[in-house]
Amino acid sequence: MNVTRGFAGRARVRNDGLPPGQYDARDDWPVLSAEVTPELATSQWTFTVGGLVAEERTWSWDEAHALPPSSYEGDIHCVTSWSKFGVRFAGVSLDAFLDLARPAAEATHAVAYSHTGYTTNLPLADLTGGRAWIVWEYGDEPLPAEHGGPARLIVPHLYFWKSAKWIAGIRLLDHDEPGFWEQNGYHHRGDPWEEQRYSGD
Amino acid sequence: MYSPTSVPSPTSVPSPTSAPATRFAVPGRIAVSNGTAATWQRATLTEIRRETPHAATFRFAVPGWAGHLPGQHLMLRLRAEDGYVAQRHYSIASPPDDEGHVELTLDHVDGGEVSGWFHTVAEPGDEVELRGPLSGFFAWPGDRPALLIGAGSGVVPLMSMVRHHRARNLAVPLRLLVSARGPDELIYASEYGAETTAVYTRSAPAGVPVGRVAAAHVARLLADPPEGGWEAYVCGSNGFAEHASRLLVDAGQPVDRIRIERFG
Repeated sequence: MNVTRGFAGRARVRNDGLPPGQYDARDDWPVLSAEVTPELATSQWTFTVGGLVAEERTWSWDEAHALPPSSYEGDIHCVTSWSKFGVRFAGVSLDAFLDLARPAAEATHAVAYSHTGYTTNLPLADLTGGRAWIVWEYGDEPLPAEHGGPARLIVPHLYFWKSAKWIAGIRLLDHDEPGFWEQNGYHHRGDPWEEQRYSGD
Repeated sequence: MYSPTSVPSPTSVPSPTSAPATRFAVPGRIAVSNGTAATWQRATLTEIRRETPHAATFRFAVPGWAGHLPGQHLMLRLRAEDGYVAQRHYSIASPPDDEGHVELTLDHVDGGEVSGWFHTVAEPGDEVELRGPLSGFFAWPGDRPALLIGAGSGVVPLMSMVRHHRARNLAVPLRLLVSARGPDELIYASEYGAETTAVYTRSAPAGVPVGRVAAAHVARLLADPPEGGWEAYVCGSNGFAEHASRLLVDAGQPVDRIRIERFG
Protein backbone atom coordinates (compact mmCIF):
# COMPACT_ATOMS: atom_id res chain seq x y z
CA MET A 1 0.00 0.00 0.00
CA ASN A 2 1.17 3.49 -0.82
CA VAL A 3 1.74 6.18 1.76
CA THR A 4 -1.23 8.54 2.06
CA ARG A 5 -0.08 12.05 1.18
CA GLY A 6 0.14 14.26 4.25
CA PHE A 7 -1.04 11.59 6.69
CA ALA A 8 1.08 11.38 9.84
CA GLY A 9 -1.32 9.65 12.18
CA ARG A 10 -1.97 10.64 15.73
CA ALA A 11 1.10 11.10 17.93
CA ARG A 12 1.50 7.63 19.31
CA VAL A 13 3.57 5.40 21.50
CA ARG A 14 4.49 1.94 20.42
CA ASN A 15 2.15 -0.56 21.98
CA ASP A 16 2.97 -4.23 21.57
CA GLY A 17 -0.47 -5.17 22.87
CA LEU A 18 -2.19 -3.64 19.88
CA PRO A 19 -3.02 -6.13 17.10
CA PRO A 20 -2.50 -4.95 13.51
CA GLY A 21 -4.94 -2.32 12.29
CA GLN A 22 -6.30 -1.60 15.77
CA TYR A 23 -6.29 1.63 17.79
CA ASP A 24 -6.54 2.19 21.53
CA ALA A 25 -10.08 3.30 22.44
CA ARG A 26 -8.78 4.36 25.91
CA ASP A 27 -11.78 5.27 28.08
CA ASP A 28 -14.35 4.69 25.36
CA TRP A 29 -16.23 1.45 25.15
CA PRO A 30 -18.22 1.72 21.92
CA VAL A 31 -21.48 -0.18 21.78
CA LEU A 32 -21.75 -2.23 18.62
CA SER A 33 -24.87 -4.24 18.30
CA ALA A 34 -27.35 -4.26 15.49
CA GLU A 35 -30.21 -5.15 17.79
CA VAL A 36 -32.52 -3.42 20.22
CA THR A 37 -30.99 -3.72 23.68
CA PRO A 38 -33.18 -6.21 25.57
CA GLU A 39 -34.38 -5.48 29.08
CA LEU A 40 -33.63 -8.95 30.29
CA ALA A 41 -34.17 -9.44 34.03
CA THR A 42 -31.83 -11.73 35.93
CA SER A 43 -34.89 -13.83 36.84
CA GLN A 44 -35.48 -14.40 33.10
CA TRP A 45 -31.87 -15.18 32.28
CA THR A 46 -30.81 -18.79 31.81
CA PHE A 47 -27.73 -20.38 30.32
CA THR A 48 -27.86 -23.76 28.56
CA VAL A 49 -25.11 -26.06 27.35
CA GLY A 50 -26.62 -28.49 24.84
CA GLY A 51 -26.07 -30.33 21.61
CA LEU A 52 -23.35 -32.99 21.68
CA VAL A 53 -23.01 -33.31 25.46
CA ALA A 54 -23.53 -36.20 27.85
CA GLU A 55 -26.15 -34.18 29.69
CA GLU A 56 -27.81 -30.98 28.47
CA ARG A 57 -27.80 -28.55 31.38
CA THR A 58 -29.52 -25.23 32.04
CA TRP A 59 -28.48 -22.87 34.81
CA SER A 60 -30.58 -20.11 36.33
CA TRP A 61 -28.98 -16.85 37.44
CA ASP A 62 -28.56 -18.16 41.01
CA GLU A 63 -27.32 -21.58 39.91
CA ALA A 64 -24.70 -20.01 37.65
CA HIS A 65 -23.57 -17.77 40.49
CA ALA A 66 -23.10 -20.83 42.71
CA LEU A 67 -20.28 -22.07 40.42
CA PRO A 68 -16.67 -21.18 41.30
CA PRO A 69 -16.02 -17.51 40.46
CA SER A 70 -13.49 -16.64 37.80
CA SER A 71 -12.45 -13.39 36.21
CA TYR A 72 -10.63 -12.05 33.17
CA GLU A 73 -8.34 -9.07 33.28
CA GLY A 74 -6.75 -8.09 30.01
CA ASP A 75 -7.45 -6.65 26.60
CA ILE A 76 -10.35 -6.83 24.16
CA HIS A 77 -10.36 -6.17 20.42
CA CYS A 78 -13.30 -5.22 18.22
CA VAL A 79 -13.25 -5.92 14.49
CA THR A 80 -14.29 -2.32 13.81
CA SER A 81 -10.69 -1.52 14.85
CA TRP A 82 -10.80 -0.35 18.45
CA SER A 83 -9.06 -2.21 21.26
CA LYS A 84 -9.43 -1.65 24.97
CA PHE A 85 -6.68 -2.45 27.44
CA GLY A 86 -6.81 -3.78 30.99
CA VAL A 87 -10.53 -4.40 31.26
CA ARG A 88 -11.84 -6.61 34.04
CA PHE A 89 -14.82 -8.95 33.78
CA ALA A 90 -16.03 -11.28 36.54
CA GLY A 91 -18.24 -14.34 36.27
CA VAL A 92 -17.57 -18.04 35.77
CA SER A 93 -15.16 -19.84 33.47
CA LEU A 94 -16.96 -21.60 30.65
CA ASP A 95 -14.95 -24.70 31.64
CA ALA A 96 -17.05 -24.96 34.80
CA PHE A 97 -20.25 -25.25 32.74
CA LEU A 98 -18.71 -27.62 30.19
CA ASP A 99 -17.30 -29.90 32.90
CA LEU A 100 -20.83 -30.45 34.20
CA ALA A 101 -22.43 -30.98 30.76
CA ARG A 102 -19.53 -33.19 29.56
CA PRO A 103 -18.95 -32.60 25.83
CA ALA A 104 -19.15 -35.70 23.63
CA ALA A 105 -15.92 -36.89 22.03
CA GLU A 106 -17.17 -35.92 18.57
CA ALA A 107 -17.94 -32.31 19.54
CA THR A 108 -15.57 -30.01 17.67
CA HIS A 109 -17.41 -26.69 17.37
CA ALA A 110 -19.99 -24.63 19.15
CA VAL A 111 -22.56 -22.02 18.32
CA ALA A 112 -23.14 -19.44 21.03
CA TYR A 113 -26.62 -17.92 20.96
CA SER A 114 -28.23 -15.02 22.71
CA HIS A 115 -31.61 -14.38 24.28
CA THR A 116 -32.15 -12.00 21.36
CA GLY A 117 -31.47 -14.62 18.70
CA TYR A 118 -27.92 -13.54 17.83
CA THR A 119 -25.57 -16.41 16.99
CA THR A 120 -21.81 -16.82 16.54
CA ASN A 121 -19.71 -19.91 15.88
CA LEU A 122 -16.51 -20.98 17.61
CA PRO A 123 -14.17 -23.95 17.54
CA LEU A 124 -14.64 -25.76 20.85
CA ALA A 125 -10.90 -25.41 21.47
CA ASP A 126 -11.37 -21.62 21.67
CA LEU A 127 -13.89 -22.03 24.49
CA THR A 128 -11.96 -24.38 26.77
CA GLY A 129 -8.78 -24.26 28.82
CA GLY A 130 -9.53 -21.00 30.62
CA ARG A 131 -10.04 -18.90 27.50
CA ALA A 132 -13.77 -18.16 27.72
CA TRP A 133 -16.09 -16.91 30.45
CA ILE A 134 -19.72 -16.16 31.18
CA VAL A 135 -19.50 -12.77 32.89
CA TRP A 136 -21.92 -10.49 34.73
CA GLU A 137 -19.59 -7.83 36.12
CA TYR A 138 -17.52 -5.19 34.38
CA GLY A 139 -15.08 -3.52 36.74
CA ASP A 140 -16.90 -3.98 40.01
CA GLU A 141 -20.29 -3.11 38.58
CA PRO A 142 -23.07 -5.20 37.06
CA LEU A 143 -22.54 -5.54 33.32
CA PRO A 144 -24.65 -2.82 31.62
CA ALA A 145 -27.47 -4.07 29.40
CA GLU A 146 -26.08 -2.32 26.34
CA HIS A 147 -22.84 -4.28 26.79
CA GLY A 148 -24.67 -7.59 27.12
CA GLY A 149 -25.94 -7.55 30.70
CA PRO A 150 -27.13 -9.28 32.70
CA ALA A 151 -24.59 -11.77 31.32
CA ARG A 152 -22.50 -12.28 28.21
CA LEU A 153 -19.92 -14.63 26.84
CA ILE A 154 -16.38 -13.32 26.55
CA VAL A 155 -13.72 -14.95 24.40
CA PRO A 156 -11.14 -12.18 24.62
CA HIS A 157 -8.48 -13.76 22.40
CA LEU A 158 -10.86 -13.41 19.42
CA TYR A 159 -12.54 -10.33 17.93
CA PHE A 160 -15.34 -9.27 20.21
CA TRP A 161 -18.27 -10.15 17.95
CA LYS A 162 -17.56 -13.72 19.12
CA SER A 163 -18.30 -12.64 22.70
CA ALA A 164 -22.07 -12.94 22.40
CA LYS A 165 -24.08 -10.46 24.47
CA TRP A 166 -27.18 -11.55 26.44
CA ILE A 167 -25.86 -15.09 26.23
CA ALA A 168 -28.53 -17.80 26.38
CA GLY A 169 -26.47 -20.88 25.64
CA ILE A 170 -23.97 -22.77 23.59
CA ARG A 171 -24.74 -25.74 21.41
CA LEU A 172 -21.95 -28.21 20.66
CA LEU A 173 -21.72 -29.60 17.13
CA ASP A 174 -19.51 -32.01 15.21
CA HIS A 175 -19.03 -29.45 12.45
CA ASP A 176 -18.69 -25.69 11.98
CA GLU A 177 -21.86 -23.69 11.36
CA PRO A 178 -21.42 -19.99 10.70
CA GLY A 179 -23.34 -17.61 12.94
CA PHE A 180 -24.97 -14.28 12.22
CA TRP A 181 -21.99 -12.12 11.21
CA GLU A 182 -20.09 -15.10 9.81
CA GLN A 183 -22.93 -15.63 7.32
CA ASN A 184 -22.59 -11.98 6.45
CA GLY A 185 -19.01 -11.84 5.29
CA TYR A 186 -17.10 -11.98 8.56
CA HIS A 187 -14.28 -14.42 9.20
CA HIS A 188 -15.22 -17.74 10.76
CA ARG A 189 -12.60 -17.59 13.51
CA GLY A 190 -11.64 -13.94 14.03
CA ASP A 191 -8.12 -13.96 15.49
CA PRO A 192 -7.10 -10.29 15.93
CA TRP A 193 -3.38 -11.11 15.70
CA GLU A 194 -3.92 -12.74 12.32
CA GLU A 195 -6.26 -9.87 11.39
CA GLN A 196 -9.01 -12.33 10.48
CA ARG A 197 -11.73 -9.72 9.98
CA TYR A 198 -13.60 -10.77 6.90
CA SER A 199 -14.11 -14.01 5.03
CA GLY A 200 -11.05 -14.47 2.86
CA ASP A 201 -8.63 -12.66 5.21
CA MET B 1 -40.04 -5.15 29.78
CA TYR B 2 -38.39 -7.35 27.21
CA SER B 3 -40.95 -9.17 25.15
CA PRO B 4 -41.06 -12.81 26.29
CA THR B 5 -41.95 -13.86 22.76
CA SER B 6 -38.42 -12.95 21.77
CA VAL B 7 -36.84 -15.33 24.27
CA PRO B 8 -36.19 -18.80 22.90
CA SER B 9 -38.98 -21.10 23.98
CA PRO B 10 -38.48 -24.81 24.63
CA THR B 11 -40.35 -25.67 21.44
CA SER B 12 -37.88 -23.68 19.37
CA VAL B 13 -34.83 -25.57 20.62
CA PRO B 14 -33.11 -26.86 17.49
CA SER B 15 -31.95 -30.39 16.86
CA PRO B 16 -28.60 -31.32 18.40
CA THR B 17 -26.79 -31.26 15.09
CA SER B 18 -27.70 -27.78 13.96
CA ALA B 19 -27.23 -24.29 15.30
CA PRO B 20 -30.15 -22.14 16.40
CA ALA B 21 -31.53 -19.81 13.75
CA THR B 22 -30.80 -16.12 14.13
CA ARG B 23 -34.33 -14.76 14.32
CA PHE B 24 -33.66 -11.14 13.45
CA ALA B 25 -31.80 -11.95 10.25
CA VAL B 26 -34.28 -11.85 7.41
CA PRO B 27 -33.20 -14.45 4.86
CA GLY B 28 -32.31 -13.28 1.41
CA ARG B 29 -31.79 -9.65 2.34
CA ILE B 30 -28.09 -9.67 2.88
CA ALA B 31 -25.74 -9.33 -0.02
CA VAL B 32 -22.07 -9.31 0.78
CA SER B 33 -19.49 -10.62 -1.59
CA ASN B 34 -16.89 -12.29 0.59
CA GLY B 35 -14.26 -11.85 -2.08
CA THR B 36 -14.67 -8.11 -2.49
CA ALA B 37 -14.97 -7.59 1.25
CA ALA B 38 -11.49 -8.99 1.71
CA THR B 39 -9.84 -7.05 -1.09
CA TRP B 40 -8.31 -3.63 -0.56
CA GLN B 41 -8.91 -1.33 -3.50
CA ARG B 42 -7.36 1.94 -4.49
CA ALA B 43 -9.78 4.87 -4.39
CA THR B 44 -9.12 8.32 -5.84
CA LEU B 45 -10.76 11.33 -4.25
CA THR B 46 -12.55 13.23 -7.00
CA GLU B 47 -14.69 15.81 -5.21
CA ILE B 48 -15.26 17.40 -1.80
CA ARG B 49 -18.60 19.01 -0.97
CA ARG B 50 -19.23 20.95 2.22
CA GLU B 51 -22.47 19.84 3.90
CA THR B 52 -22.40 21.69 7.24
CA PRO B 53 -19.72 23.57 9.21
CA HIS B 54 -18.58 20.20 10.61
CA ALA B 55 -19.37 17.71 7.87
CA ALA B 56 -18.28 17.27 4.27
CA THR B 57 -18.90 14.70 1.58
CA PHE B 58 -15.95 12.99 -0.08
CA ARG B 59 -16.52 11.37 -3.46
CA PHE B 60 -14.19 8.62 -4.68
CA ALA B 61 -13.63 6.86 -7.94
CA VAL B 62 -13.12 3.16 -7.22
CA PRO B 63 -12.64 1.41 -10.57
CA GLY B 64 -13.10 -2.09 -9.17
CA TRP B 65 -16.08 -1.28 -6.96
CA ALA B 66 -18.51 -4.21 -7.11
CA GLY B 67 -21.51 -2.10 -6.12
CA HIS B 68 -23.32 -1.93 -2.79
CA LEU B 69 -26.75 -1.83 -1.24
CA PRO B 70 -27.99 1.32 0.50
CA GLY B 71 -27.08 1.08 4.20
CA GLN B 72 -23.83 -0.85 3.81
CA HIS B 73 -20.48 0.46 4.95
CA LEU B 74 -16.87 0.12 3.96
CA MET B 75 -13.50 0.10 5.68
CA LEU B 76 -11.04 2.81 4.74
CA ARG B 77 -7.33 2.96 5.51
CA LEU B 78 -4.61 5.56 5.48
CA ARG B 79 -0.89 4.87 5.81
CA ALA B 80 1.77 7.16 7.27
CA GLU B 81 5.40 7.40 6.09
CA ASP B 82 6.58 5.20 8.94
CA GLY B 83 4.19 2.41 8.01
CA TYR B 84 1.56 3.28 10.62
CA VAL B 85 -1.89 2.37 9.35
CA ALA B 86 -5.23 3.78 10.50
CA GLN B 87 -8.43 2.16 9.41
CA ARG B 88 -12.05 3.04 10.09
CA HIS B 89 -15.51 1.88 9.13
CA TYR B 90 -17.73 4.44 7.40
CA SER B 91 -21.27 4.25 6.11
CA ILE B 92 -21.70 4.79 2.39
CA ALA B 93 -23.73 7.91 1.59
CA SER B 94 -24.22 7.42 -2.12
CA PRO B 95 -26.83 5.18 -3.70
CA PRO B 96 -25.76 2.18 -5.78
CA ASP B 97 -23.81 3.52 -8.73
CA ASP B 98 -22.81 1.51 -11.74
CA GLU B 99 -19.95 3.84 -12.59
CA GLY B 100 -17.62 2.87 -9.78
CA HIS B 101 -18.06 5.77 -7.38
CA VAL B 102 -18.79 5.92 -3.68
CA GLU B 103 -19.36 8.88 -1.39
CA LEU B 104 -18.71 9.19 2.34
CA THR B 105 -19.91 12.04 4.52
CA LEU B 106 -17.57 12.56 7.46
CA ASP B 107 -17.88 14.68 10.57
CA HIS B 108 -14.71 16.46 11.59
CA VAL B 109 -14.10 14.70 14.91
CA ASP B 110 -12.00 16.57 17.49
CA GLY B 111 -8.57 14.96 17.43
CA GLY B 112 -9.76 12.40 14.90
CA GLU B 113 -6.72 11.21 12.99
CA VAL B 114 -8.62 9.99 9.94
CA SER B 115 -11.44 12.56 9.81
CA GLY B 116 -8.82 15.23 10.59
CA TRP B 117 -6.80 14.21 7.54
CA PHE B 118 -9.91 14.34 5.36
CA HIS B 119 -11.00 17.74 6.60
CA THR B 120 -7.62 19.49 6.67
CA VAL B 121 -5.33 17.73 4.18
CA ALA B 122 -7.30 15.81 1.56
CA GLU B 123 -7.65 17.21 -1.96
CA PRO B 124 -9.06 15.79 -5.19
CA GLY B 125 -6.45 13.46 -6.67
CA ASP B 126 -5.40 11.99 -3.33
CA GLU B 127 -5.49 8.23 -3.05
CA VAL B 128 -6.67 6.10 -0.16
CA GLU B 129 -7.54 2.43 0.11
CA LEU B 130 -10.84 0.86 0.95
CA ARG B 131 -12.53 -2.51 1.10
CA GLY B 132 -16.17 -3.40 0.95
CA PRO B 133 -19.07 -3.22 0.83
CA LEU B 134 -19.43 -4.75 4.27
CA SER B 135 -22.12 -5.88 6.63
CA GLY B 136 -25.38 -6.22 4.76
CA PHE B 137 -27.48 -6.44 7.90
CA PHE B 138 -28.32 -2.74 7.81
CA ALA B 139 -28.85 -2.79 4.04
CA TRP B 140 -32.11 -1.87 2.37
CA PRO B 141 -32.47 -3.09 -1.22
CA GLY B 142 -35.72 -1.18 -1.66
CA ASP B 143 -37.95 -4.20 -1.31
CA ARG B 144 -39.91 -3.39 1.86
CA PRO B 145 -41.61 -0.33 3.37
CA ALA B 146 -38.95 1.37 5.48
CA LEU B 147 -38.91 3.76 8.41
CA LEU B 148 -35.60 5.54 8.76
CA ILE B 149 -34.57 7.35 11.93
CA GLY B 150 -31.20 9.06 12.17
CA ALA B 151 -29.41 11.72 14.17
CA GLY B 152 -26.43 13.83 13.19
CA SER B 153 -24.19 11.93 10.80
CA GLY B 154 -26.38 8.89 11.49
CA VAL B 155 -28.42 10.09 8.54
CA VAL B 156 -25.62 9.10 6.14
CA PRO B 157 -26.57 5.46 5.41
CA LEU B 158 -30.25 6.44 5.50
CA MET B 159 -29.62 9.06 2.81
CA SER B 160 -28.21 6.33 0.59
CA MET B 161 -31.62 4.65 0.95
CA VAL B 162 -33.57 7.85 0.22
CA ARG B 163 -31.42 8.53 -2.84
CA HIS B 164 -31.86 4.95 -4.03
CA HIS B 165 -35.63 5.24 -3.58
CA ARG B 166 -35.62 8.41 -5.64
CA ALA B 167 -33.21 7.27 -8.34
CA ARG B 168 -35.22 4.13 -9.02
CA ASN B 169 -38.64 5.77 -8.59
CA LEU B 170 -39.56 3.06 -6.10
CA ALA B 171 -43.19 2.87 -5.08
CA VAL B 172 -42.50 1.14 -1.76
CA PRO B 173 -43.25 3.51 1.17
CA LEU B 174 -40.28 5.26 2.75
CA ARG B 175 -40.24 7.73 5.65
CA LEU B 176 -37.28 9.50 7.21
CA LEU B 177 -37.09 11.16 10.61
CA VAL B 178 -33.85 13.07 11.00
CA SER B 179 -32.60 14.81 14.12
CA ALA B 180 -30.05 17.63 14.09
CA ARG B 181 -28.91 20.23 16.61
CA GLY B 182 -30.12 23.00 14.35
CA PRO B 183 -30.77 23.87 10.72
CA ASP B 184 -27.06 24.63 10.14
CA GLU B 185 -26.14 21.14 11.35
CA LEU B 186 -28.67 19.31 9.19
CA ILE B 187 -26.71 17.26 6.67
CA TYR B 188 -28.22 17.09 3.14
CA ALA B 189 -30.77 19.78 4.12
CA SER B 190 -31.49 20.79 0.54
CA GLU B 191 -32.18 17.23 -0.60
CA TYR B 192 -35.08 16.24 1.61
CA GLY B 193 -38.59 15.94 0.28
CA ALA B 194 -42.02 14.98 1.52
CA GLU B 195 -40.67 11.71 2.96
CA THR B 196 -38.65 13.58 5.59
CA THR B 197 -39.42 15.14 8.96
CA ALA B 198 -36.61 17.11 10.60
CA VAL B 199 -36.38 17.41 14.38
CA TYR B 200 -34.17 20.10 15.93
CA THR B 201 -32.74 19.62 19.40
CA ARG B 202 -31.08 23.01 20.09
CA SER B 203 -32.31 25.65 17.68
CA ALA B 204 -34.97 25.60 15.00
CA PRO B 205 -36.38 27.84 12.30
CA ALA B 206 -39.17 30.21 13.40
CA GLY B 207 -42.35 28.34 14.20
CA VAL B 208 -40.66 24.94 14.50
CA PRO B 209 -40.46 23.45 18.01
CA VAL B 210 -37.13 22.56 19.65
CA GLY B 211 -36.78 19.14 21.28
CA ARG B 212 -35.57 15.60 20.85
CA VAL B 213 -37.26 12.82 18.94
CA ALA B 214 -40.32 11.85 20.98
CA ALA B 215 -43.10 9.28 21.06
CA ALA B 216 -45.39 11.58 19.06
CA HIS B 217 -42.89 11.72 16.18
CA VAL B 218 -42.59 7.96 16.14
CA ALA B 219 -46.37 7.51 16.32
CA ARG B 220 -46.78 9.69 13.22
CA LEU B 221 -44.02 7.78 11.48
CA LEU B 222 -45.70 4.44 12.22
CA ALA B 223 -49.17 5.65 11.26
CA ASP B 224 -51.07 3.98 8.41
CA PRO B 225 -48.86 0.90 8.28
CA PRO B 226 -48.47 -0.68 4.85
CA GLU B 227 -49.41 -4.30 4.31
CA GLY B 228 -46.77 -6.47 5.94
CA GLY B 229 -45.68 -3.65 8.23
CA TRP B 230 -42.55 -1.52 8.38
CA GLU B 231 -38.88 -2.36 8.49
CA ALA B 232 -37.16 0.16 10.80
CA TYR B 233 -33.59 1.41 10.44
CA VAL B 234 -32.04 3.45 13.25
CA CYS B 235 -28.64 5.11 12.99
CA GLY B 236 -26.81 7.49 15.29
CA SER B 237 -24.82 7.67 18.51
CA ASN B 238 -25.43 4.85 20.94
CA GLY B 239 -27.47 7.14 23.18
CA PHE B 240 -29.69 8.16 20.29
CA ALA B 241 -29.98 4.57 19.02
CA GLU B 242 -31.09 3.39 22.47
CA HIS B 243 -33.63 6.20 22.74
CA ALA B 244 -35.07 5.85 19.25
CA SER B 245 -35.22 2.04 19.27
CA ARG B 246 -36.98 2.11 22.64
CA LEU B 247 -39.57 4.55 21.26
CA LEU B 248 -40.14 2.22 18.31
CA VAL B 249 -40.59 -0.82 20.57
CA ASP B 250 -42.95 1.12 22.83
CA ALA B 251 -44.96 2.13 19.76
CA GLY B 252 -45.40 -1.49 18.78
CA GLN B 253 -42.66 -2.03 16.19
CA PRO B 254 -41.44 -5.67 16.55
CA VAL B 255 -37.88 -5.90 17.92
CA ASP B 256 -36.83 -8.25 15.16
CA ARG B 257 -37.78 -5.65 12.57
CA ILE B 258 -35.55 -2.93 13.93
CA ARG B 259 -32.02 -2.70 12.58
CA ILE B 260 -29.53 -0.50 14.37
CA GLU B 261 -26.22 1.04 13.36
CA ARG B 262 -24.47 2.68 16.31
CA PHE B 263 -21.63 5.14 16.23
CA GLY B 264 -19.13 4.61 19.08
